[in-house]
Amino acid sequence: MADPRPRSYYVLATFFGLFLLFLYGPMVAIFILSFQGPAGGLVFPADGFSTHWFEKLWAGTGQVAIGPALRRSFVLALLVMVLTVTISVLAGLAFRHKFRGSTLLLYVAISSLIVPSIVVSLGIALEFRLIDDAIKALGMAWGIDWIQTEFVSALGPFTSGLGAHLSWTLPFGLLIMFAVFNRFDPAYEEAARDLGASPWQTFRHVTLPIIAPFLIGVAVFGFTLSWDELARSSQVMGSDNTLPMQLAAKTTTVTDPEIYALGSATTAGSVMLIIMMFTLVGVMQRRRRLK
Amino acid sequence: MTEASNSVTDTRTEARQDRAPARGRTSTRRAGAALAPYLQAAPMALVFLLFFVLPLAATIVVSFWQYTHYSIEPAFTLQNYGDIFSGCIRDLPELCTTFRTYISTLKFGLIVWATTLVTGFTVAYFLAFHVRTLKVQVIFFLLCTVPFWTSIVIRMISWIPLLGRNGLVNQTLMSMGVIDTPLEGLLYSDFAVILAMTHLYTLFMVVPIFNSLMRIDRDLIEAARDAGASGFQTLTVIIIPLGRPGILIGSIFVVTIVMGDFLTIGIMGGQQIASVGKVIQTQMQFLQFPLAAANAVILLAAVLVGVWALLKLVDIRKEL
Repeated sequence: MADPRPRSYYVLATFFGLFLLFLYGPMVAIFILSFQGPAGGLVFPADGFSTHWFEKLWAGTGQVAIGPALRRSFVLALLVMVLTVTISVLAGLAFRHKFRGSTLLLYVAISSLIVPSIVVSLGIALEFRLIDDAIKALGMAWGIDWIQTEFVSALGPFTSGLGAHLSWTLPFGLLIMFAVFNRFDPAYEEAARDLGASPWQTFRHVTLPIIAPFLIGVAVFGFTLSWDELARSSQVMGSDNTLPMQLAAKTTTVTDPEIYALGSATTAGSVMLIIMMFTLVGVMQRRRRLK
Repeated sequence: MTEASNSVTDTRTEARQDRAPARGRTSTRRAGAALAPYLQAAPMALVFLLFFVLPLAATIVVSFWQYTHYSIEPAFTLQNYGDIFSGCIRDLPELCTTFRTYISTLKFGLIVWATTLVTGFTVAYFLAFHVRTLKVQVIFFLLCTVPFWTSIVIRMISWIPLLGRNGLVNQTLMSMGVIDTPLEGLLYSDFAVILAMTHLYTLFMVVPIFNSLMRIDRDLIEAARDAGASGFQTLTVIIIPLGRPGILIGSIFVVTIVMGDFLTIGIMGGQQIASVGKVIQTQMQFLQFPLAAANAVILLAAVLVGVWALLKLVDIRKEL
């Protein structure tokens, strides 16, 4: 090895170790406490060992009824994921050329990232309230029965909620695409074009395979950002709740370790998702090298 | 190499342009190529228009409207802004509720900014300069990012077993004989809010600062050492100035999140601590939309002034 480690190395390494302890300590604590016996409480010492609280969670009989919210969040996150990847790739391609309004679009995207989420959430809720009023006024004016009797609000997880989540995931998606295309060598596309490939063929058989591993990253980003999103969701989901909203509402009322079991389960799910992503990226890169 | 191939492309495009007028098909294809970026950017532009630009416009417009118990009515009145600041000037130097709320929010913003910046910079510095192999660097970096993918509510709840009245910290201190009665202010306090925010947001400092530090030419540091600079001088003269873009991006992100926060302050503060975000949320619950909108406009203005000043200093696109 090169020169010996300076003293600052040991100080910083200790700091880093403490930082990891700070990051993971609390999560390890709830992980341990979620495996308590039926008499377990919210704090240490752990009372026995069982999977009681996971069974209760799974059966849906405890304090935490999450079934519908979980399904809703999952479908919404999948939808956000697909849309984020598609829209970000398209926009990423657009930004490789000069076009009028590109600077404006970039600044809008970055603004969407840094404007406080409560403001965006409030804005979308207001916008949809105005839309509701307009729809109801139209229903009255044109005598449309359905609007007058059935229509309540256009607010919902898959209208305003979807939009709110996209306003949060797309800036991340766009920034990742910038990073990808900044490192992209256009020579491959030139070669394809010189060999007579159409623009679509060039994209499908050259550009897309090269950027594919990064798109998995965008997809995971899109999914998890939506899955955990809370601040922007707060005002725009109408009468339906997403899973994080349900959880936040439960924090003050739940008095047993079932909520820890839920925490452990969702964390395990996230970690599995990341492992799957890296395995997939690894496999893709190995296959490319073999070719 | 890329530059060379680019210049080749340029001459080729020019050659094509010379011939273009003679061939109709080529010119339609070029018209299509010129249109392509607009079509590709359209979906993103549409989403931002519908779910960001128009909502902000609606917020600004509605902040001048009137409201009753059940409806909001178009008008142009400064009443809402007046209500928010009513008595604030008159009662000075006594602080009114609004000023106190803003000062409290700003206080959390500054403290969390400081804690995340110091922690984040130290971690990024360690990863960038003291970890020698790329493989270990990647593993350590991933270890920092894993918690980011998990639920923020769960991460807040996970402090209960440690900080609660009968939590691990109190148990340990009592068994060591440091204290006789459990400390009350660990959970549901300013301290808990700051701890949880540092826990949640330090990553937003680590990632951009690490990115900036990795771009610093190692020869510069070598040169500084050869010229006799101490470790501290290298840090303040070379590393911090060159890492500035990352520090700025991280700072913007953390400060804006904390300034608009209502969830962490709500949950970790036991719903007892005020913040601008919480005020807006409460007014929404009581259907005082124009009042909430006026508060949102003020918050937005405060945040954007700060960010605009920082953005003047750095071009984000070049940093990726």
